[in-house]
Amino acid sequence: MKAAVVTFPGSNCDRDLAVAFERAGFEVARVWHKDSALPAGTDVVGVPGGFSFGDYLRCGAIAAQSPIAAAVQAHAARGGYVLGICNGFQVLTEMRLLPGALMRNAGLTFNCKTVELKVATTASAFTQAYARGQSLMIPIAHHDGNYTIDAEGLQRLRGEDRIAFTYGQNPNGSMDDIAGVLSENRRVLGMMPHPERANDPLLGGNDGAGLFAGLMGGMALA
Amino acid sequence: MSEPEITPEIVAKHGIKPDEWERLLGILGRMPSFTELGIFSAMWNEHCSYKSSKKWLRTLPTTGPQVICGPGENAGVVDIGDGQAVIFKMESHNHPSYIEPHQGAATGVGGILRDVFTMGARPIAAMNSLSFGVPAHPKTSHLVKGVVEGIGGYGNAFGVPTVGGEVRFHKSYNGNCLVNAFAAGLADADKIFYSVASGVGMPVVYLGAKTGRDGVGGATMASAEFDDTIEEKRPTVQVGDPFTEKRLLEACLELMASGAVISIQDMGAAGLTCSAVEMGDKGGLGIKLQLDDVPQREAHMTAYEMMLSESQERMLMVLKPELEDVARAIFVKWDLDFAIVGETIPEDRFLILHGNEVKADLPLSKLSSSAPEYDRPWIETPAAAPLGVVPEIAPISGLRALLASPNYAQKAWVYEQYDSQVGADTLVAPGLGAGVVRVHGTGKALAFTSDVTPRYVKANPFEGGKQAVAEAYRNLTAVGATPLATTDNLNFGNPEKPEIMGQFVGAIKGIGAAVAALDMPIVSGNVSLYNETDGSGILPTPTIGAVGILASLDDLIAGRPAEGDLAVIIGATKGHLGQSALLAEAFGIEAGDAPHVDLAAEKLAGDFIRANRKAFAACTDLGDGGLALAAFEMAEGAGLGVKIDAAEIGFLFGEDQARYLVALPQSGLAALTAAAKAAGVPLALVGQFGGKTVSLGGDSAALADLSALYRSAFAAAVA
Repeated sequence: MKAAVVTFPGSNCDRDLAVAFERAGFEVARVWHKDSALPAGTDVVGVPGGFSFGDYLRCGAIAAQSPIAAAVQAHAARGGYVLGICNGFQVLTEMRLLPGALMRNAGLTFNCKTVELKVATTASAFTQAYARGQSLMIPIAHHDGNYTIDAEGLQRLRGEDRIAFTYGQNPNGSMDDIAGVLSENRRVLGMMPHPERANDPLLGGNDGAGLFAGLMGGMALA
Repeated sequence: MSEPEITPEIVAKHGIKPDEWERLLGILGRMPSFTELGIFSAMWNEHCSYKSSKKWLRTLPTTGPQVICGPGENAGVVDIGDGQAVIFKMESHNHPSYIEPHQGAATGVGGILRDVFTMGARPIAAMNSLSFGVPAHPKTSHLVKGVVEGIGGYGNAFGVPTVGGEVRFHKSYNGNCLVNAFAAGLADADKIFYSVASGVGMPVVYLGAKTGRDGVGGATMASAEFDDTIEEKRPTVQVGDPFTEKRLLEACLELMASGAVISIQDMGAAGLTCSAVEMGDKGGLGIKLQLDDVPQREAHMTAYEMMLSESQERMLMVLKPELEDVARAIFVKWDLDFAIVGETIPEDRFLILHGNEVKADLPLSKLSSSAPEYDRPWIETPAAAPLGVVPEIAPISGLRALLASPNYAQKAWVYEQYDSQVGADTLVAPGLGAGVVRVHGTGKALAFTSDVTPRYVKANPFEGGKQAVAEAYRNLTAVGATPLATTDNLNFGNPEKPEIMGQFVGAIKGIGAAVAALDMPIVSGNVSLYNETDGSGILPTPTIGAVGILASLDDLIAGRPAEGDLAVIIGATKGHLGQSALLAEAFGIEAGDAPHVDLAAEKLAGDFIRANRKAFAACTDLGDGGLALAAFEMAEGAGLGVKIDAAEIGFLFGEDQARYLVALPQSGLAALTAAAKAAGVPLALVGQFGGKTVSLGGDSAALADLSALYRSAFAAAVA
């Protein structure tokens, strides 16, 4: 399985995401945002955390206009997998691959700590390795993670079982405690917490490893 | 554009003293131009020239088999084996942070990161040591919020994990906060980049962000005392852009890998002036700059402004001319400015051209080598009067006084605003003691700590200086690391006052003695003087940043006590309460001598901890707050209570040095006791972890109750 990790000039979790994919057995290619195509045979695109273009205003908005964005959108339209973490989630909403928006945290400060997540659905390659309702300890590190969507959109997410993860204790004001959402075809996942930081028992937790392992297995089946 | 005439007022405004003015005229043999005066002022101010401190800094031990490069470069370089090196430094940004806390602190972080990656290292860890006025002071809350947000905003976006630091409050910082930023990076030991220029006719290249008027005169401002006109100095504070810094990092590392760099220097204090002079001076060369080619953010900038601008995220480099195209392509890729602004010349000359005019023509080597140097008069700090009778207090009331103080309360409010995990190598995140970061892709790790107890230094500069180093040694040891080397950030008041200079001299002597005895030489550092407002100085604050190595991840001590584990003190307890946290927080008493540090005992105890690390469930250094605070913190972190048998206040809260608190299962006690006896290290069983009650000599309180206080007091104090 091939993963392509996109680097914007202000990405800073790109290496960490590449390491996590590699640990799960993916062959990983690194892609520069000025590239206009993904490597041939890319199965999953990883959009990493960081501050893509400084992101002083409206995180991810400039990144969504980078040359690579069209290629990522085309990949998704073909049914390819996309994983956006933290800033990557913000970028995916700006690319319109996922609904909703990430606003400034309700507490108005950057917040870095390990939080409890609940697995809200197992019906996706990303979450199939977990049990529904399973509790995971995964770090967050963001200033703009307050997930917001209109009432109708929220209704659809709920009705279509597209909420992937929720927070045990809401750290940022997100609607419905939402920490991650899936696309309609369930192959695009955006999440604020960092599973790639909980991917090694030495770092104090391994609960994120299931996401990458599950993705590897789920894609093999698909 | 014509430049202002040089008048005595203009000279004085540039911080140039009468004797320095005579020296300047002697060097030039003529009146300087306005731009030349600005250049001299930038090179000769305290911040850049270390003119008051140099004599004493030279006495510090700076060598050892582990040291690849000591002080004098952008940062110190230390061997960590396997062909790798750790590169680190700590630097202050005190004055700018007081004037504009967010940008002042942010650019402090930016500056120290550049110092590290200028040498070819990728930053892997940051820390910061912050000292503020009392919470009740009207400026404190604003400063704390701004500084923390500024540090987080810069470091988080740049992508370096902040893994440790200190925050303290004391009335002496009411008018002058301290922001000391530390950064460490990793590089291959044979791929370190230095600032020595070489070769004549080599292009001098400007990299990074454009030059604006921000920060003009910043270094001179940082070398003056404050008074009530400080608000007027806001325009001398620079503005940071971590996004540009991140691109500059990546572009510089790519550039260095391409082989195009002869020498490189970041533009920090006094920007273009300092960086160009340093590269030329070290290489025995002259430098010619054509300012018209400098990328400019604002129109109509003068030579004076460009030479003194402290705009951030800029570098100056001497380039191999045959690789210009390769180098330029890298900067185009990262959308950064790349401009050839001058060249190296054979004669000893700093030649600045702007338009068709010569704006400065100075003997380059004289700018730094002939900078004034002072042997300031100093008087030894008198011995502290002995501590009188200590007021009575119940043990739990004493503990509550500590937990309720923002000095000793949990600092999550601060460190949760910092990304402590980016890089996915953080093994021990901030909270208590040293932070630990794995060396990426290896089985090794580095530990980082920052320490000083300013109250001690004031009471007894020599012992206080020793203690800062000893505490750093212990914090590294407590995570299982072997201390490697040290950076010092010496924050003091006005050195023209003999008693302040006496504090400085005493502290340096103490630091020197300790780093020699504990084999952790000083490899880099920074001096910040004139930390006074309206004539009142700060507590002397020589912050020690230290780095240790864990040769194997198995050496890490990062556990928690389990129910029923024993609490054991390694080291001798006498109950020293002079200058203790208990007296300061419970009674507002800052009296008595600082605890004395037996360096041989420190070494013995440290070696014992490392030799027996497998025996410990948890380990922490005993510092201010003594046994009571350390035992509470260790227990609270594990969600457990603790019972300490002793009821004597000196035993519970005394701050004797060379001690550790360890937790171990009962089954391990006999072997550890035997090992301690064999090593000649004092060991005392003092209590047991477990339950949900904290009990000190029979006085007790519910863990949940104390924990709530401990976790809320900081936010309550600063919000």
